Amino acid sequence: MAAPMLAVRGLTKNYRLGDIEFQALRGVDLDVAPGEFVAVGGPSGSGKSTLMNVLGCLDVPTTGSYHLDGESVERLTADHLALVRNRKLGFVFQSFNLLKRTSALENVELPLLYRKGVSNREARDRAMDALKAVGLADRWRSHPNQLSGGQQQRVAIARSMVNDPVVILADEPTGNLDTRTSLDIMEVFQGLNARGITIVLVTHEPDIMRFAGRHVVVRDGRIVKDAPNAPASARAQVAALAARGED
Amino acid sequence: MRAGLLLNMGLRSLARNKMRSFLTMLGIIIGVAAVIAMLAIGQGARTSMEASIASLGTNVIMVFPGAQSAGGVRMEAGASGRFTVEDVEAVRKEAPALRHITPIARTSAQIKAGGANWRSSVYGVYPEYLDIRQWEVTSGSVFSAAEERSGAKVCLLGRTVADSLFGAGSDPVGQSIRIQNLPFRVVGVLAPKGQSSFGQDQDDLVIAPFTTVARKLLATFNAQSLYASATSAEAIPEASAQIEEVLRRQQRVPEGESSPFMLRTQTEITQAATAMSTTLTLLLSSIAGISLLVGGIGIMNIMLVSVTERTREIGIRLALGARGNDILLQFLVEALVLSFVGGLIGIALGVGASALLASTQGWAVLVSPSSIALAFGFSAATGIFFGWYPARKAARLNPIEALRYE
Repeated sequence: MAAPMLAVRGLTKNYRLGDIEFQALRGVDLDVAPGEFVAVGGPSGSGKSTLMNVLGCLDVPTTGSYHLDGESVERLTADHLALVRNRKLGFVFQSFNLLKRTSALENVELPLLYRKGVSNREARDRAMDALKAVGLADRWRSHPNQLSGGQQQRVAIARSMVNDPVVILADEPTGNLDTRTSLDIMEVFQGLNARGITIVLVTHEPDIMRFAGRHVVVRDGRIVKDAPNAPASARAQVAALAARGED
Repeated sequence: MRAGLLLNMGLRSLARNKMRSFLTMLGIIIGVAAVIAMLAIGQGARTSMEASIASLGTNVIMVFPGAQSAGGVRMEAGASGRFTVEDVEAVRKEAPALRHITPIARTSAQIKAGGANWRSSVYGVYPEYLDIRQWEVTSGSVFSAAEERSGAKVCLLGRTVADSLFGAGSDPVGQSIRIQNLPFRVVGVLAPKGQSSFGQDQDDLVIAPFTTVARKLLATFNAQSLYASATSAEAIPEASAQIEEVLRRQQRVPEGESSPFMLRTQTEITQAATAMSTTLTLLLSSIAGISLLVGGIGIMNIMLVSVTERTREIGIRLALGARGNDILLQFLVEALVLSFVGGLIGIALGVGASALLASTQGWAVLVSPSSIALAFGFSAATGIFFGWYPARKAARLNPIEALRYE
C-alpha cells in the first residue's frame, strides 16, 4: 500500500461547554490512501463533524497525531493551518457556502487568490477549467442566486478542486439536495475520484454511502466500522432514473 | 493578495451598500470639509491681520500718554498734550537706535472744498511720519521740514478725503481746502492703504504739519502721542528702552515711579495678533477635529456591523486558506476606501465652501496645500485607526464558528 495521504493516530478532541468537558473524539485511528473514496457515516452527535474539522485543518486535536501528505499538522499555528488548507485541501459544504453577489468564476478563483505566485490570468484559466470539469463552463458569469442548488454545489466542487488538493473533504454535500440532484453530485464526485482525486465524504445517508469505495462508521467518538465497499455507479443510477422518467 | 485586488474587493463591497457607504462617509466628508474651511478662514484672518499690522509701518514704536499700569485714575488720551517738542528733540538726539520720530497732534475737523463738506481726522506730524508708516504719495509731494517748522498751512489728503471732496480719482494738488475755516493748500495725495483689520478706513484722514495743527487747530504746543521707528526690527527693544529713559528724564519722573506714558511696539502688536489668530485657528481646528472623530466613530460602527453581517463570508475565506492578515487587510482597505473617498469629497467641499465664503462674505480666505494634506492625512489616519478594531475582530474569528454563523 502506498504511503497514506491522511494518517491519524489516537486522535482525541475535547470541548468545554461551560463547566462540562465533552469528549467529541475518543481515540480515532484512520489511514486514507491516495485515490481512495471514503464515506464517513454515523448518527448526528457521533463526532464525525469534529473528525471532519480536524481532518480539514479547521481545528486542532486535543491529543493524537495527524499527518497530511507526509506533513505533521496537529500542532500548527492558525496561519500555517490556513496555508495547509489552501495548498492541500478542498472543501465542499452542505450549504454550498458560495460568496453571494459574486460570479461562479470568481467563487471558484477564490482559493487561488490567497495563494502567492498565481497570476490573475492563471487563476482565471484554472477556475474556468474547474468549471468545465463540473459541466458549468457556460454559467461562469452567474451569481449563486441565479443557480439551482445542484448547480451551486457543482460550483462549490469546482472551487474545492481548483487548487489541485491532495484530498477533497465533503461535509454532507447532498444534505440540501433532492434525490435526483444528489445522484448528479455523486456522479461528479465519482468522476473526480476516477481521475485519482482522494475524497473523504461525511454523510448520514446510507443511500449516499453506497457510492464510496470504503465505509467508515463513527459512533460516540470512535470508529466502530471500517470496511471496503463495492461502489454503486452514480452514472448508471442517473441513467436508470432518466429511463424510468421517459416511460 | 495583491493590492489591486484588495482595492477592487473593497470598492465592490462598498458599492453594494451605496446609501450606507455614503452616510458613513458623510461624517468624514463634513469633518474634512470643516478642517479645510476652518484652516482657510484662520489662515485668511492671520494674513489680513499681518497685512494691516504691516500697514502701521516698519519697526514702529508708539508712545501714548497714560501710565502703563495706572491703578486708579487714568488720563484721557486726548485731554491735553503730554509730550513737548523739546521731548521729541531730546529723544531724537539721544536715542541712536531710532531712525525717525514724530509728534502727533490729532483732531477731528470739518473740511470744506468748494461746496463739498467732509468730516475727517487731521493729523499734525513731521514729514518723517510718512517714512515711518511707509506711506507713498501718489501725486504732489510731502511738505518740507521748513514748512513744518514755520507752521505752513499745507496738507496731504487721504484718498477717501480727496474722493469725497473733489470726486473719485481726482487730483486736487494745488487746490485749496478749509479745515475748521482755516485755508490750507493741498500739496499731495496719499496712496490708498485700504481698511485696517478693525474695519477702519485708513485713507480717511488729512495730514498736515505738526506745528500748524497743534497751534492753529488745537491751540497747544504739545503732542498727544509720539510715533517712532527703530533702525531695525532687532533694535526695537533697545530703541523703546532709550525712548523711555529720555522721556522719563525730560518729564522728571522720580526713580521707582511708573512712567506717565506707555510704549507699544510693532513686535508686541504682532505677537498679540498672532496669539489671537493662533487661538482662533486652534478653536476652529478643534471643532473640525471633533467632527472628524465623530466621522471616524461612524466608520468603526458600520465596519463592526459589516463584520458581523459577513461572518459567514469570513468563515468561507478562512476555510479556503485566507490567513488572519488577509482578512484584516480586506476590512482595513474597506475602511480606508471609505475614509479616502470621504476625504476627497470633503476636500472638494471644503475648497468650494472657502471659495464661497471668500466671494460672498468678502472674507480673506486662504486654502493652503498644507491644510489639504493635513485634512487628507487626518482622514486616512481616521480610517486606519477606526478600521483597525473591526478588521482585527474579523481576522480573529474562528473559521468553524464563522462557517456555522447564520
